Amino acid sequence: MKRRPGEPGTSGGLLDVDGVSLWLSGRKVLDDVSFSLAPGEFAGLIGSNGAGKTTLLRVILGLQAPSAGTVRVAGQPRTRRGSLIGYVPQKILLDPDMPLRARDLVGLGLDGQRLGIPLPSARRRSQIDEMLQAVDATRFADTRVGLLSGGEQQRVLIAHALISRPRLLLLDEPLANLDIASEQDVVELLGRVAREQQVAVLISAHDMNPLLPVMDRIVYMAAGRAASGTTAEVVRPEVLSDLYGQHVDVIRVHNRILVVAAQRGEGLDVPASEPEPMVHEGA
Amino acid sequence: MFSGFMTNAWLVGTFVAIVAGVVGFFIVLRGQAFVADAVPQGAFAGAAGASLLGINTLIGVAAAALVGALGIGWLGRRGRRDVATALALVVLLGLGALFLSFSTEYAPEIYALLFGEVLGVSANEVLPIAVLSVASVAAIAALYRPLLLSSVMPELAEARGVRPARVETLFLVVVALATSMTLPVVGALLIFSLMIGPPAAARSVTSKPLPALALSAVIAVVVLWISIASAYQTNWPVGFFVGALGAVCYAAGRGYAALRGRRPARPRAWRGAAEQGVTANVRV
Amino acid sequence: MLRAVFEPGFFSSSPVHVALAAGGVVALVSGIVGSFAVVRGQSYAGHALADISVTGGSASFLVGVSPLWGFVGVGVLAAGVMDMIGIQRPRGRDLATGVVRGAGLGLAALFLYWDTTHSNVTGATITILFGSLFTVSSTILPAIVALSVAAVAIVAVLYRPLLLSTVAADLAAARGVSVRLVGLACLVAIALAVSLSAMTIGTILSTALLIGPAAIGLRLSRRPGLAMAWSALAGLAATWLGVLLAYDSFYWPPSRHGWPVSFFVVTLIFLGYVAVQTITSRVRRA
Repeated sequence: MKRRPGEPGTSGGLLDVDGVSLWLSGRKVLDDVSFSLAPGEFAGLIGSNGAGKTTLLRVILGLQAPSAGTVRVAGQPRTRRGSLIGYVPQKILLDPDMPLRARDLVGLGLDGQRLGIPLPSARRRSQIDEMLQAVDATRFADTRVGLLSGGEQQRVLIAHALISRPRLLLLDEPLANLDIASEQDVVELLGRVAREQQVAVLISAHDMNPLLPVMDRIVYMAAGRAASGTTAEVVRPEVLSDLYGQHVDVIRVHNRILVVAAQRGEGLDVPASEPEPMVHEGA
Repeated sequence: MFSGFMTNAWLVGTFVAIVAGVVGFFIVLRGQAFVADAVPQGAFAGAAGASLLGINTLIGVAAAALVGALGIGWLGRRGRRDVATALALVVLLGLGALFLSFSTEYAPEIYALLFGEVLGVSANEVLPIAVLSVASVAAIAALYRPLLLSSVMPELAEARGVRPARVETLFLVVVALATSMTLPVVGALLIFSLMIGPPAAARSVTSKPLPALALSAVIAVVVLWISIASAYQTNWPVGFFVGALGAVCYAAGRGYAALRGRRPARPRAWRGAAEQGVTANVRV
Repeated sequence: MLRAVFEPGFFSSSPVHVALAAGGVVALVSGIVGSFAVVRGQSYAGHALADISVTGGSASFLVGVSPLWGFVGVGVLAAGVMDMIGIQRPRGRDLATGVVRGAGLGLAALFLYWDTTHSNVTGATITILFGSLFTVSSTILPAIVALSVAAVAIVAVLYRPLLLSTVAADLAAARGVSVRLVGLACLVAIALAVSLSAMTIGTILSTALLIGPAAIGLRLSRRPGLAMAWSALAGLAATWLGVLLAYDSFYWPPSRHGWPVSFFVVTLIFLGYVAVQTITSRVRRA
């Protein structure tokens, strides 16, 4: 299901993904994906492993060229988008020997692509301090990045992405390795950032439930295809069944949403060793 | 070429190549090309020391190789593996330089130790080398399953009661043994080429471990035979041919894999291990 | 007392001056560039490049070019080849390095063989492979300094993109950094550093000075600049102390021509590494 005409952000939005398809090693990894994001919008890119979320993020970032379709950020095509997008990868090099403190990594967010050696400046330092405080990372600001825990590294990476004041923030499965409390913290922080700084946020996850409180729209992916809209529009049996290519039920329990497939079918990209009914996390 | 004084070279060469191919298979599997490179060089220091002390070169070589290999293991557990390898190597080489400065070793002999000399094998070295070769291959055969498992899936190996650290130490000892015997013919600097080129090629042809292992040994033997023959004809050092052919093997392997549309895969150790009767209680 | 430490003539000896200067410059460069080599997992590549540059050195005898350009030229060329066959990807990196090194060394073997058979230069093997700081001629000192400055300049100019692409290649790429080019430039800088050191002090020290001090620096500081500074300092200290000890050893048994510099410097670096490792491990556990 494509976005409906007349929906806000159909054109001239901050992020415009239009008909993006991608073939890799003979497989169609992305199939005619289209959606838009307006400034300040918070969108969840939801799908199970192998649905194509990371690939889509890489295409948006410009790390991977699509076979068809276009991606525009603030109207600009792929190659010139560097400073507009902040990116938070799922994990980075965890070498405990790496001589780089958290604050150094955040500093690289300001000017990591510039040549030469950064001159020490009070302004730079205060910018870094400010950002570290905003993500509540001050207490481990001087620790080596390789020694940080998953959640701590997460926050430092978010600070790194935000310090250059991007218009669009992409996060690849940031909640995957966090406990529930940290999960809530990160989601709240990101929601705040989106509202206050009018940054469009696209965050990929395999479980939509932690994001429900702040999500404005959802981009639901399965087997390389995507459906985009509000949660109410997209998370419906008809829509998802169409997406998965098999019958899918949507169950709402308390405030949580469960997507359940009764049996394996075609068009599903699940690991071959999964014999039980496929259940999306949420219960 | 096949006359009396060359038979030693052919015999020893064949043993050396088989061992290199077999040990090299695991070297490449474990991504330890640097170790395979470093231990022989360190062993060279032992040769210099041995000649200084007037003892059998082979013993000096073996001792230095052991010290080097185990040193790499020990240092590697305390710090980064590549740093450990580099440091162990240079320390041994530094000692080698020291011994060399004390002795009056002639340059050609050092040259032979470093780059290989076809005629450098004397008759009374054939038997020890043969014994060491058999011992090395036997050790690998005994270690085969735990080594394969801990090389490809270390966490799974631990779950099965195999201790990767112990397997690693034993493997390093075998590497030391293997390299000690190969110095005379191929030379310290190039023996590692024989240990990484043929296995790299074999890996590209098949991803089943046992056939890859066998193929690796076969290719190594062929490479060495060609090298010895060429060295005999041209008088050029054996090491040159081994190094060049090693690169050819590697390139051929990559070319073949590219043609087949896939990169050299890690062996299907899982299935291979299952063939050997190793079963799993855990889902991969 | 001072007489015992500094044997007579140390400060006035001209070869010693050259040794200290050349060794010092090389140690500084290796320390700085080596920090990146170690962190990027390219220690083996650095070692390989040192040996391959020897190939260039031995070829230079044949072609009649100054050894400097033989070493440096082939070293940089080899860096390019390594990059081409994909040394920047961690997977299969060691294997690729080893193969290139094998090929390079094989050629070195050949060239040295031709050297000795065609020009009766005996002992060339040892000189080239183990080098001797005391035999460096002062005429090439300016060239060494210039090339060293070039190597450090590469690293300085690419400092930030290099750091970022080492820690998180995707992040760097997303910012528009050409990770591939930056990596190649770094490898070239490493090649410059090791070929210079291979030529002046031999391949053993080349590797030792590239990796040992860098590993020490990484342990001693959490900040990139400071780690590189420590590394350079450690390399410099080890080299100068090694030169001093080698000079002093002239009077030591067993022979009257001294112990090799490389032995001292390597041993000092090794001891320094183990000491720092032990001390910092204790501190971390505390």
